[in-house]
Amino acid sequence: MRELSLNILDIAQNSISAGAPLITIEVSENTTDHTLFIGIYDNGKGMSEEQQKSVIDPFFTTRTTRKVGMGIPLFKMAAEQTGGSLEIKSELGVGTEVKANFKTDSVDFTPLGDVASTIQMLITMNTDRDFVYKHTVDGKDFVCDTREIKAILGDVPLDSYEISQWILEFIKENTEVLYK
Amino acid sequence: MKTLAELMAIKEATMQKMTVREDTGDDAIRIVVGMATCGIAAGARPVLNAFVDEVAKRNLKGVTVSQTGCIGMCQFEPIVEVIQPGKEKVTYVKMTAEKAAKVVNDHIVNGNPVAEYTVK
Repeated sequence: MRELSLNILDIAQNSISAGAPLITIEVSENTTDHTLFIGIYDNGKGMSEEQQKSVIDPFFTTRTTRKVGMGIPLFKMAAEQTGGSLEIKSELGVGTEVKANFKTDSVDFTPLGDVASTIQMLITMNTDRDFVYKHTVDGKDFVCDTREIKAILGDVPLDSYEISQWILEFIKENTEVLYK
Repeated sequence: MKTLAELMAIKEATMQKMTVREDTGDDAIRIVVGMATCGIAAGARPVLNAFVDEVAKRNLKGVTVSQTGCIGMCQFEPIVEVIQPGKEKVTYVKMTAEKAAKVVNDHIVNGNPVAEYTVK
């Protein structure tokens, strides 16, 4: 993957496949420590211990667990190649947490890329789910919660073009200022 | 800077337009983009965005853009399927945002599938 934002999109698709009504995505960067944290949490159907082991190993994956596949191994590799780590916690019927830590000063650090596009796509392609996106830079944060957006919109769908474009700009502008 | 307060005004404007846009139901053309790990890694995100943008820009009615999992030919990703009732499904491979614009123009609008982008 050329951008970590694409890994986020990919991992969040697993949460959607797991039937999660609420998916939380957290990006937290510390520019003095040169660290980046990415967390993807859902309240989907969760995984058994055996499944949790198998998702880490790309060669353990079989056709029946196909929907997990290479996604987690690629994300884990992206984290570990910077000197970071990836952790998965999951419980059947409760949900899954994927947490990854990156060292941003590593030469092997993949840029975060266009997270705004990832979040916009997740929101507008899955209007039946709710998303919370929290982006923190050195203690300053921005939160986008689709439950708040839906409360304002009422019957107007999130995937109508004008709303979708607004969501993209809303996320883009509010995350850019965190870096200023 | 955009705030949630501003969303109210956008909502009003969108509602007015919505009354004009009516779904055509069963005749709808479906554009489906493969968004599994293979598709995403190969660049499916800008392809999907390009389809959404083109369909909106041209104000096409009865055309939906959606996503699906792995279509099964990972080496040809990004893959896009165009499904139209009563016609054979067309599968486009190795798609880009530029190709997406041409598919909307030639295939969706004018009814001529772009043979050079299909699987050979």
